Amino acid sequence: MALTLSALNLGKVYQGQPVLNDFSYRFEAGGAYAVMGPNGSGKSTLLRILALLEPPDTGVVQYLAGSVILPPGLDLRRRLALLLPNVGVFNTTVFNNVAYGLKVRGVPWEEVEVRVRRALEAVGLCHKERQRAVTLSSGETKRLGLARVLVIAPEVLLLDEPTASLDPANMELVEDIILRVKDQRKTTLIVATHDHAQVERWAGGRRLYLDRGKLLTG
Amino acid sequence: MDSIIQGFSQAFWLIVSGDRELCRIILLSLGVSGGALALAALLGLPVAALTGLKRFPLRGAVVSLLQTGMGLPPVVVGLLLYMLLSRQGPLGFLELLYTPGAMILAQTILALPIVASLAGAAIMGVDPAVKQAAVTLGATPRQQSFTVIREAGYGIMAAIIAAAGRVMAEVGAVLMVGGNIAGYTRVMTTTIALETDKGNFELAIALGVILLALSLVISLLLRVVQQWGKTEAALIPWP
Repeated sequence: MALTLSALNLGKVYQGQPVLNDFSYRFEAGGAYAVMGPNGSGKSTLLRILALLEPPDTGVVQYLAGSVILPPGLDLRRRLALLLPNVGVFNTTVFNNVAYGLKVRGVPWEEVEVRVRRALEAVGLCHKERQRAVTLSSGETKRLGLARVLVIAPEVLLLDEPTASLDPANMELVEDIILRVKDQRKTTLIVATHDHAQVERWAGGRRLYLDRGKLLTG
Repeated sequence: MDSIIQGFSQAFWLIVSGDRELCRIILLSLGVSGGALALAALLGLPVAALTGLKRFPLRGAVVSLLQTGMGLPPVVVGLLLYMLLSRQGPLGFLELLYTPGAMILAQTILALPIVASLAGAAIMGVDPAVKQAAVTLGATPRQQSFTVIREAGYGIMAAIIAAAGRVMAEVGAVLMVGGNIAGYTRVMTTTIALETDKGNFELAIALGVILLALSLVISLLLRVVQQWGKTEAALIPWP
């Protein structure tokens, strides 16, 4: 079940500089949204707050399953997933990297194997499952990061510039994977990107434009 | 020159014949250093985890203190421990002075800051993105900590090996609190010092050769661990 996210008057200040300023928006369950804006406009901060990676200085985010407001905590955090620009691979195999989110949830090993293989197949890394993850190329690392968040089937998927610094071939692969997620799963998808074509493909043109932490259009 | 050559040839025979006294000294040295290293790891690794993972008041002061402790002069440690453990000292009732226990304690004090400081630095050096990834993938705070510590695994191993090098070569502190009693507290380094004073070079040279070989093994081990951390085979078992 996808979640609805209702952000109310979010504000965040870093070293005296406001990076998010009175941001309010309702992300409907199952919807796909693109967050745009120049570098430093607050896109990443917004995603990190929505993913419960850091708290806002002001304001609040409500997470709703239907009409029920979910309490903050580990259970809620496990229903969300955020792919950061720096994937942060673990020094182990590709397989173990993808299995991590399932293992910390205590998923039985037989199910882990099946789900990890399925996720690796989806991102085209099946043949590298025994390879050490830190030896992957940047494009493969990004796909590994995607597999790692997809395998846990989050109800809210947040992607922070998932195609940044990728070559055209890897960019196309990642775009297709995200498109498939959007089409096949009941996931609320929120993607920070600079690419207008991606906004059309992923979010059907539904974009939020941030400038210096303020929501200009949405 | 002749006495040096003669010393080396006699030392060679002591080693190949497996001289009883030589073996006893080596075994005691390994026992004392091994015990000290185990204790230093047991006490130092939680400190390393604390300084590496948590932010708390005076954390910087604790890290600085540990770094200073890495250069503790062994004779000062020996002196302080001697005063604490002597009959008139506050810990005199333990009756540890001039026992292998006192030597283990002295070497633990020398090894502890090395283990805690270097292992703490290894944990602090883990890419913050790794912890963030663990958080975003749903790990509990304890699982996040384990993940970060596992990423620092090779650095932690290197810290323990570096401490091993320090305690194996140490002489001042163990001499002061161990007393260099034959067959009881006499270890490789103190024997070398004593036998050299007496002009008995063969045993001193034999132990010197073995000590050098052990130092070589320790530094090779350190190198292997550092290289191993970069290879395919180095994957730390994942639960």
